[in-house]
Amino acid sequence: MATMETNAPILDDGKRRPQSARGSRGGTPHGTLDYHRRNGRWSGYRHLLWARILELKREPEVVFWVFIFPLLLAAGLGIAFRNKPADITWVAVINSAGAQKTLAMLQSSFDQRSSDQRSSNKTLPDKGPPNKSSTIRATVLDREVALKAFHFGKFDLVIESNADGSYTYYYDPARPESVLSRAEIDAALQSAAGRKDAVATSSQSSSEPGSRYIDFLIPGLLGMNLMNSGMWGVGFALVEMRQRKLLKRFVATPMRRSDFLLALTSSRLILMVIEVGLLLGFGVLVFHMRVQGSILSVVLLGALGAVSFGGVGLLTACRAQKIESVSGLINLVMMPMWIFSGVFFSYQRFPAMAQPFIKMLPLTALNDALRATIIEGASLGSQSGRLLVLAVWGGVSFVLALRWFRWT
Amino acid sequence: MASPVQCTNLRKTYDGKVEAVRGLSLQIEAGQCFGLLGPNGAGKTTTIEILEGLLTPTSGEVRILGHGWDDNPRQLREWIGISLQETRLSEKLNVRETIELFASFYSEPRPAAEVLEDLELTEKADAWVGKLSGGQKQRLAVATALVGNPRILFLDEPTTGLDPQSRRQLWDIIRAFQQKGGTALLTTHYMDEAERLCDRLAIVDHGVIIAEGTPSDLIDRLGGHHVVEFKVSKNGGNDESDNNLGRWRSLPSVESVRREDSTVCLSVREPHLTIPALLDALTRDGRQLEHLSTRQASLEDVFVQLTGRHLRED
Repeated sequence: MATMETNAPILDDGKRRPQSARGSRGGTPHGTLDYHRRNGRWSGYRHLLWARILELKREPEVVFWVFIFPLLLAAGLGIAFRNKPADITWVAVINSAGAQKTLAMLQSSFDQRSSDQRSSNKTLPDKGPPNKSSTIRATVLDREVALKAFHFGKFDLVIESNADGSYTYYYDPARPESVLSRAEIDAALQSAAGRKDAVATSSQSSSEPGSRYIDFLIPGLLGMNLMNSGMWGVGFALVEMRQRKLLKRFVATPMRRSDFLLALTSSRLILMVIEVGLLLGFGVLVFHMRVQGSILSVVLLGALGAVSFGGVGLLTACRAQKIESVSGLINLVMMPMWIFSGVFFSYQRFPAMAQPFIKMLPLTALNDALRATIIEGASLGSQSGRLLVLAVWGGVSFVLALRWFRWT
Repeated sequence: MASPVQCTNLRKTYDGKVEAVRGLSLQIEAGQCFGLLGPNGAGKTTTIEILEGLLTPTSGEVRILGHGWDDNPRQLREWIGISLQETRLSEKLNVRETIELFASFYSEPRPAAEVLEDLELTEKADAWVGKLSGGQKQRLAVATALVGNPRILFLDEPTTGLDPQSRRQLWDIIRAFQQKGGTALLTTHYMDEAERLCDRLAIVDHGVIIAEGTPSDLIDRLGGHHVVEFKVSKNGGNDESDNNLGRWRSLPSVESVRREDSTVCLSVREPHLTIPALLDALTRDGRQLEHLSTRQASLEDVFVQLTGRHLRED
């Protein structure tokens, strides 16, 4: 921060009174009648911070985007991907001589499986049996219609019973649910035709808190939110103030530039605590999520993330004169992280070659660290690499930003 | 004691090309209200921002209360109050919060309530800045400049775009500041503002001072305090050309002559001598007056005489 402090130290010439160095705001007369009050060292900082918080509080959009929107996202996605549900397999049976027999075979197979596993005696049950999670909805259709509907994704699989008693499956190897249902239907038909399982198996379902999608999602949303509010809350806010000539007006006063930046950072940290509290609280209350690591670790991670993205936001905003140009820049900076940093799904699916690059992104580091702490209960000490990535991004951005920063 | 504001041979070149200020020197005495008068683009804002320490001059020297901006900027900033040409203060803060924010930057500010009272903003203390009228916003901008209890006030076009009543209100505020011993420097392109408010003026054009003095000094330089404007019909046959101006110049009591479109403007010391002679001359020519008027000379006339242009050419 020292690089930005172009102001020379105050000419104090012994005028400062002993107790005025700290927090003596509000008209403490110091004996002389020359002046009404004497502001302490941190008076400017405190007023800047308070002004920033008032402004945020009075800006309904900020409240919505920072606090409400992530909750809506979490709620929406959490409900949509609720415990990897009783998948319904949609199957078309091509209308032919064997069609009814095929239906009957599927039904009997499922009846048997259901009764084996002490489930309800519904045929083609709506709810999957506890351990085997699939339900089959089969419809008999003409060949043309069936294949067309299959191509539009209405069916996962088309079954044709051939004249010689064999079956042909039409499936799409690129669609996971199509591949799954082919295996499922084949097993059903084979067992209905008398195939016996060679080995007795049993399965244990795993939708414990901690391994569900929502548990994966909430730390990701938290990371994303810290990035968003860091970039917009620092970057956009600064350029707006520059465009309004407010920055110039501030530096025309004896305000310390470092106080200004410190106040901006502090306001981000205060917001961060609220963001983290809201999202985690929401996850815990609504989705019965469990926070395995210590809350302190999560807050410290949040703080590091908020400061780091604050630094990146500062760098993004250090020269831009117009809010239009900084908006574009902010989106440009965030775009790769939206895609690669594993907010909504795991980045492991990207090619191995891309992995080192992905892991160097600050949001990846933050998301990974948040997930490790929240889901696995990892300590901060065990994640020094990720913390380092965050610290380097934040630190380097901050230093460069201060060097290039334009106040006017 | 060092004069509050002094600069010598200021130059400012933007991007190595545009010469906004080209060798400007001035000195302001304590307690003065000094005006920089000039058209848009004359270099007034660049000059005042260099004096305020917000721009670095390409060359030249600035002394504020005897100090340069390199010596001790924080202390200098304690001593001066600034209103920029255009600052949009945070709209979601109210008037009192804004004043107190600015007060918090100074080590010995004036109480916010007192400043609000002085600037007639007490009633609006709890109103959001975004809800203020133009005049109120401008008073608030000046309030943020005054709350630090400055010795020098810098105002860049403080009344541009304001209605006459708001302008007069601001003039009163500036005069009150001056009466308490403050020194003020303001830029304006309103000649009436310069004339009524300023003790001393510098007329700036193309980055240099083309005339300096008290408003009445400057008007005196025209030679006459009155202006006679007239327009004649063209049916007299002989075309009204520039060499005809010499004839009007030779009329009694005329100090200078200029033409604007088809109107002839005479700077005149004593109109009661000039006008009868003018009418005689026209009668002799057999030409008809279409228009004749007389008025007090203004700074506008000074500017036009010096530059051949009007202050505000919109």
